[in-house]
Amino acid sequence: MGGQGVLLASAVLGSAALEEGKEVVMSELHGMAQRGGSVVATVRIGEGVLSPLIPSGGANLLLGFEPAESLRAIQCASKSTSIVVNVHPIVPIQVSLGLEAYPPVERILEEFARLSDLLYPIDALSVARESGSEMAVNSVLLGAVCAVKAFPLSKDTVQEELIRRVPRQSRNINETAFSLGHEKIRSLLSEQVQSPSTD
Amino acid sequence: MSDCSVAVLKAEGALLLLGNEAVARGCLEAGVKVAATYPGTPSSEVGTTLERVADKAGIYFEYSVNEKVAMEVCGAAAASGFRAFTFMKHVGLNVASDALMTLIYSGTRAGLVVMSADDPSCHSSQNEQDNRLFAKFAMMPMLEPSTPREAKEMTVEAFRLSEDLEMPVLLRTTTRVSHARGIVPLAPLRSDVPPRRFEKDPGRFVTIPANARANRLKLIARMKKALELSELSPFNFTSGRGKVGVITSGIAYTYAAEFLGEAEILKLGFTNPPPEKRIADFVSRKESVIVVEELEPYLEDEVLRIAKERGIATPIYGKRTGHLPRAFEFSPDTVLGLRSLVKVKDVPEALGPSSLRLPSRPPVLCAGCPHRATYYAVKLALGKREAVFSSDVGCYSLGIQPPLHTADFLLCMGSSVGAAGGVSQVTDQKVVAFIGDSTFFHAGVPGLINAVFNDHPFLLVILDNGTTAMTGHQPNPATGRDFGGKRTEGVDFEALVRGCGVHFVRTTDPFDIKKTKETVREALEFEGVSVVVAKHPCPLLLRKGKRLETFPHNIDQEKCVRCYTCVRKFSCPALSIKEEAVSIDPSLCIGCGCCAQVCPKGAIGVVR
Repeated sequence: MGGQGVLLASAVLGSAALEEGKEVVMSELHGMAQRGGSVVATVRIGEGVLSPLIPSGGANLLLGFEPAESLRAIQCASKSTSIVVNVHPIVPIQVSLGLEAYPPVERILEEFARLSDLLYPIDALSVARESGSEMAVNSVLLGAVCAVKAFPLSKDTVQEELIRRVPRQSRNINETAFSLGHEKIRSLLSEQVQSPSTD
Repeated sequence: MSDCSVAVLKAEGALLLLGNEAVARGCLEAGVKVAATYPGTPSSEVGTTLERVADKAGIYFEYSVNEKVAMEVCGAAAASGFRAFTFMKHVGLNVASDALMTLIYSGTRAGLVVMSADDPSCHSSQNEQDNRLFAKFAMMPMLEPSTPREAKEMTVEAFRLSEDLEMPVLLRTTTRVSHARGIVPLAPLRSDVPPRRFEKDPGRFVTIPANARANRLKLIARMKKALELSELSPFNFTSGRGKVGVITSGIAYTYAAEFLGEAEILKLGFTNPPPEKRIADFVSRKESVIVVEELEPYLEDEVLRIAKERGIATPIYGKRTGHLPRAFEFSPDTVLGLRSLVKVKDVPEALGPSSLRLPSRPPVLCAGCPHRATYYAVKLALGKREAVFSSDVGCYSLGIQPPLHTADFLLCMGSSVGAAGGVSQVTDQKVVAFIGDSTFFHAGVPGLINAVFNDHPFLLVILDNGTTAMTGHQPNPATGRDFGGKRTEGVDFEALVRGCGVHFVRTTDPFDIKKTKETVREALEFEGVSVVVAKHPCPLLLRKGKRLETFPHNIDQEKCVRCYTCVRKFSCPALSIKEEAVSIDPSLCIGCGCCAQVCPKGAIGVVR
């Protein structure tokens, strides 16, 4: 959602792709949606990409910054899409006003798990805190996606592009956040390999 | 991203640019000397980019008071022999159209390019008008880019065309082109513009009726030449193979090119006048043709006419046949939905949708936004009295959301003031109009003078947050400018408003809710039009300038009686209820102190 750094994260991925000599097209949303509304950015990497938007079911990776907003975007994903989702909810004001309800995060994750076998939940806010700043959620998630199977960019390029864009004084924090995020997903992946899904 | 703004000065190579940044780069490669705009999404980043580089690039750039003035500044600069560029969102062209419709007649000496950034799906707009129809209406050549790369190339080409034809050229983008990011190969920058003078030619540039008639005939002749250029333009090209033909333009081309199979595509970039012979030749070679374009059936109607005139019987599908929608932007899914007419690419089956009910997340006023405090104080001042709220274009139109509900009528830039006059004249309801600082200068001032002139009784609240916030914090006449080697002082609201003939005008800081409430109460009692200036800088602007001092607040849970006045009536997004307790998100709270003033129990204070 607006203010979470979705645009920064997508800019990092896009310039990492450019750095690696890959073709890339992206779409962003500016303006009113940025005032606390839902923000979707898309990044398409590969030969001959032209369309900045992704068809339903056409995403290889869904990176969700917020659980309810990620579930709202589920239609861009298919059975073969890896889904990395931050489990920390940001409750819209409508809910505090008592006009609408925010479902329990567990219910949202169950719903994700019901739909997809490639779900990688991560508490990016806690990991960011652990790295030294709540502001580093972004970096945690960028580190996390680099660990996903068949991710097309090298972890080092993404990290370099990220660090180039953060203020000098918070570089260490963001590097730590990036590495911890990466580590979390790697360990989830190795668990998956050890205990394949039985259903 | 800010680093791209300076990166657009890079000498060679390639850059990953936003469509709008690519347009700004195109201006630099074209040797533009003058650029003017009024900010509006989705065109704004052209300006935020030029603002940062104008000085270094030797361009004169300004935020004009509105689009009409921007058009006039650029029209006259181009008549003086300098390449000029004016850009705006689609509805901005409505404002500029009075100047434009006649500028087309007198034409231009140096290149004059007008960019309209349309907003299909109304992501940030009040309508989704298709300004390609403006090109046709005004008789103006038009280029329509599909990608950031084309956005830059067409900007440069538009200047050549404009000089070749001696008339302004429209560069028409949409949100998904302006806000797409893609790889843009760079060409050398041009900054060798010699000084020139305005050479007088009143027979051409003074559009009295006798001259207008002569210019009208020249205009028709120019458009005939434009048609010849369109037939030859490399921006109109074919790709792919198949018995089915697809004619497309703009962003829709990228969807068609990637997600349709076994079709030959005629991609049109020079779309007014469309290349008639090329289209006729293409249509006559195909078993069927689909016209894939967003919004109005602009190309489709041209294709139908061209085929009809030449007796070509190929079936032509599109919006007129109900195969494509007229409302809202397209996506790859839109062209994948054409499978009854053409082979489409395989895409994996989408997950979901989920049946879990999710809360909506409309945009809201930010934590610490001074507009919220103003709205709250106005509602306190009104008490149980009903009022009609006439709102305007800016962040503050978000006052429509609960629990504030401070927007009942809104049309366009400046409409709050004129419309308030209309309601207050014909009903006995209390009317309060809200307008932002930048919007007031843009089109609110004539409405206020009208209210004085015709004695319309209402209260106008000018929400002065010291910036044009929604579009990315551009300066405005109230702030003065300080970029591009030029510094000016701001216009004083109270002096301006008094000069318009208003006898009640007061300035208040909305973060002092009690004083603001009292000021508004007095203004409401005043007979005739009254003005309150609610002045407090936008916290996002302060944060950008690293000038924001925050004093995070928290809640004394022992004093809190769970009345939820702060959450339910003031509704700052930093406040939320968790297990019945109200809490303040320290990452959002800036410490404006308003919720502390709202709390009836004094339970909210600065974190110690």
